[in-house]
Amino acid sequence: MSAKSAHATNIQRVVSPGGIEAWLVEQHNVPMIAVRVGFKRGAAYDPAGKDGLVNLMASTMDEGAGDLDSQAFQRRLEELTMSLSFSAGRDTYTASMKTLTRNRDQAFEMLRLAMTEARFDPEPVERVRQQLIAGLKREQQDPEHMAYRAWFKSAFGSHVYARNRKGSIEGLNAVTPEDLKSFARRLMGRDLLRIAVVGDIDAKTLGALLDKTFAGLPEKSSLGEIADAHVEAKAVTDRIEKDIPQSVIVLGVDGLRREDPDFIPAYVMNYILGGGGFSSRLTEEVREKRGLTYSVYSFLLPMKHAGVFMASASTKTSTVDEAIKIIRAEIARMAEKGVTEKELADAKTYLTGSYPLRFDSNTKIAGELIGIQLEQLGIDYITTRNGVIDAVTPEDIQRVARRILKPENLRITVVGKDQG
Amino acid sequence: MRQNHSAGFLKYLPIFLLQLVMVLMTAMTQNARADEAMKTVDGISTFFLKNGMQVVAIPDHRAPVVTHMVWYRVGAADERPGKSGIAHFLEHLMFKGTKDIKPGDFSKIVARNGGQDNAFTSQDYTGYYQRIARDRLELVMKMEADRMRNLTLTDKDVLPERDVILEERRMRIDNDPSSRLSEQVSAALYVAHPYGKPIIGWENEMAGLTRKDALTFYRKYYAPNNAVLIVAGDVEPAELKTLATKYYGGLKPSEGIAKRVRPSEPVPDAERRVVLRDKDVRLPTMRRSYLTPSYTTAAPGEAEALSVLSELLGEGATSRLYTKLVVERKIASGAGSYFIGEHMDNGVFMFYGMPTGGKDIAEVEKAIDEVIAELLADGVTEKEVEHAKKILISDNIYSRDSQSGMARMFGAALTSGQTVEDVLDWPDRIEKVTAADVTAAARKYLRPENSVTGILLRAEKPAMEPAQ
Repeated sequence: MSAKSAHATNIQRVVSPGGIEAWLVEQHNVPMIAVRVGFKRGAAYDPAGKDGLVNLMASTMDEGAGDLDSQAFQRRLEELTMSLSFSAGRDTYTASMKTLTRNRDQAFEMLRLAMTEARFDPEPVERVRQQLIAGLKREQQDPEHMAYRAWFKSAFGSHVYARNRKGSIEGLNAVTPEDLKSFARRLMGRDLLRIAVVGDIDAKTLGALLDKTFAGLPEKSSLGEIADAHVEAKAVTDRIEKDIPQSVIVLGVDGLRREDPDFIPAYVMNYILGGGGFSSRLTEEVREKRGLTYSVYSFLLPMKHAGVFMASASTKTSTVDEAIKIIRAEIARMAEKGVTEKELADAKTYLTGSYPLRFDSNTKIAGELIGIQLEQLGIDYITTRNGVIDAVTPEDIQRVARRILKPENLRITVVGKDQG
Repeated sequence: MRQNHSAGFLKYLPIFLLQLVMVLMTAMTQNARADEAMKTVDGISTFFLKNGMQVVAIPDHRAPVVTHMVWYRVGAADERPGKSGIAHFLEHLMFKGTKDIKPGDFSKIVARNGGQDNAFTSQDYTGYYQRIARDRLELVMKMEADRMRNLTLTDKDVLPERDVILEERRMRIDNDPSSRLSEQVSAALYVAHPYGKPIIGWENEMAGLTRKDALTFYRKYYAPNNAVLIVAGDVEPAELKTLATKYYGGLKPSEGIAKRVRPSEPVPDAERRVVLRDKDVRLPTMRRSYLTPSYTTAAPGEAEALSVLSELLGEGATSRLYTKLVVERKIASGAGSYFIGEHMDNGVFMFYGMPTGGKDIAEVEKAIDEVIAELLADGVTEKEVEHAKKILISDNIYSRDSQSGMARMFGAALTSGQTVEDVLDWPDRIEKVTAADVTAAARKYLRPENSVTGILLRAEKPAMEPAQ
């Protein structure tokens, strides 16, 4: 099919009287508004020894603000039948809010309170800290999580990307309510602020609300940049013993950042290799032909200061080596021979044709708009994106495959029973 | 589920279905007036094809895309004894081709046309869907209609796929102590009813499933008179009627579809307890399931009362359980409840909790018992009921934001014999619930003998390896 953009999505750039910018898509069919707010700093900025600080900040920013203590704040959210939550990504810090149109102004006021007057009272901080620690313990039971954690540790060594963005038990225990209060001011500067609003609201109304809601944030963030990092090209296999019937395999090499000119060709290449579900080579070879797994896939993970290409599969103990062998062979085949014209054409029709599926609800559109802003892809990205994909050639794919895929230097982590 | 797109397993999602006896009656009466104009309520239209297939249009023109779903009124609870997992196995095998579509090509064709597809199996239904640009709707209708009656299977495709579902079981259940406990709690809760079997199947039975088992199940249940077509998104009802008639209207109904009667549960007689110990458990947890009626089987208003009860008791940061155990007493890192009222035959009212810091799971369970005891002794207040109702009704408005979510909600409800009006009336029925209704429902169903308590503990010593 032809590369149509999501033409129904008409983005307005709204600049408030006070100079605060937001991207708005008006949709008046459902009486609700979805808001996403993002800052271009995240958990990677946790101070040394306090890893988990930004996660704890996100998890307690809705636990009391202004005159409302934790329970009063939560009750007020429920009375307004709105939702409000904060999330700590590796490189970003985001807020998500949803409100019915009839409670619009009060809902924005709750967002303002949380962002600028969060209390971080000792009681909720301690309670939520224990919840996050319980969450970390639960993750430690999960072999897939164990494999990814171990892989990142091995790949990034002493760089902050080796850490769990959710923190560690020791790190979380070291964070004080004062840390949270001061870090919120340091992180949430208006220079890093991006806003997406989708739903039953017009530009003029939004403009006034932007000033009311966000003017109280500090003008500038005082967090500097962290260092760039690369995954060393080196063949490493780590095996972590765990008595489970199915082993989890995670492997990877250095990849690309989003701003790399090769990112889109690499994205198309990965779709064909292992990103495209039943249309991917990995699913065909490991699952469909041999029945070795339920789930096999690969992906590119672009971060702000590094990039990785990763693949994963889970299979019973006795077929771990066979699965690794096939995945490695497919990575090698892609690096050596690239893709056929037909594979590329099929990838393009999927990737361009499915793009509008990301824009069929207010909540999803808001998520796309904040992502585009945080990645600095430009307000016209929705209309230009498919053209960039259509321009990718087999030669581009071959070039990026050679550049990224290093079958002889895979870093592999396996969690499961010893096969011996 | 055929592909691991989303994090959750459908087994743990609320599932709608009413008794087929009602469904069949509706279908037959509607069938007799198939030529009448379609019914439209609040923009949602429904009509029947002459072969008995129900069709629903849920227009939403915000984006030029559609969600196309076909739901079959058959699920894991309809499997014959000894064949657990066949409904889900067949769901996987539905992608293995027909005379016109080669094995594995279904999803590839959808993808080549810019679409996404997947499928899901519950205890009560099996569903298939594609999300795709509006101008590709006919393509997926043609392919979905084709595989409703023309599936071809060879052992070359069936046997590797059986290995795939065994790997799926290992991933979802066997590798995860918490899922293993859930499976055991369900098995203990149902004494006679097949809801006690896992949707994915018991491993020993899955390993013996054959091509013939799959085809027998398929031929019996996959037919237009046992299916509902739902299309949400950028489509007009009149246009859908033309297309549905063109692609699905010519399919032959099955004569093998009997009334859907599963073995019913006897009145529960003893409080039960299931303990699972595993050396990898880092965080002990407890859960308790009480057998209740479902939206189908409950007296009018009773399931609605249980939904309100769950909301105020355990579904938010100001709910009773969270406030008491997590905020005030600080013995739990999490505690709550939920009500699964959408199954065809029985519902389940569920509690869960996990300790905080170095607290004991037994203390968490005791505190949950105290909250339940207080509820049963003193009942609930009008104020908390009003608050809970407001939240439930608003959630219903938010759900309209998602095209595929709407398709799913109506698909699940309509395959259960409910009408479009029933779904649209749900907020009004919630609105009518009183504090007295909620208290009465709690007292009726939260009785020890209706329950199974599951405890997940860390094994002190590693299990002995069996001799080689």
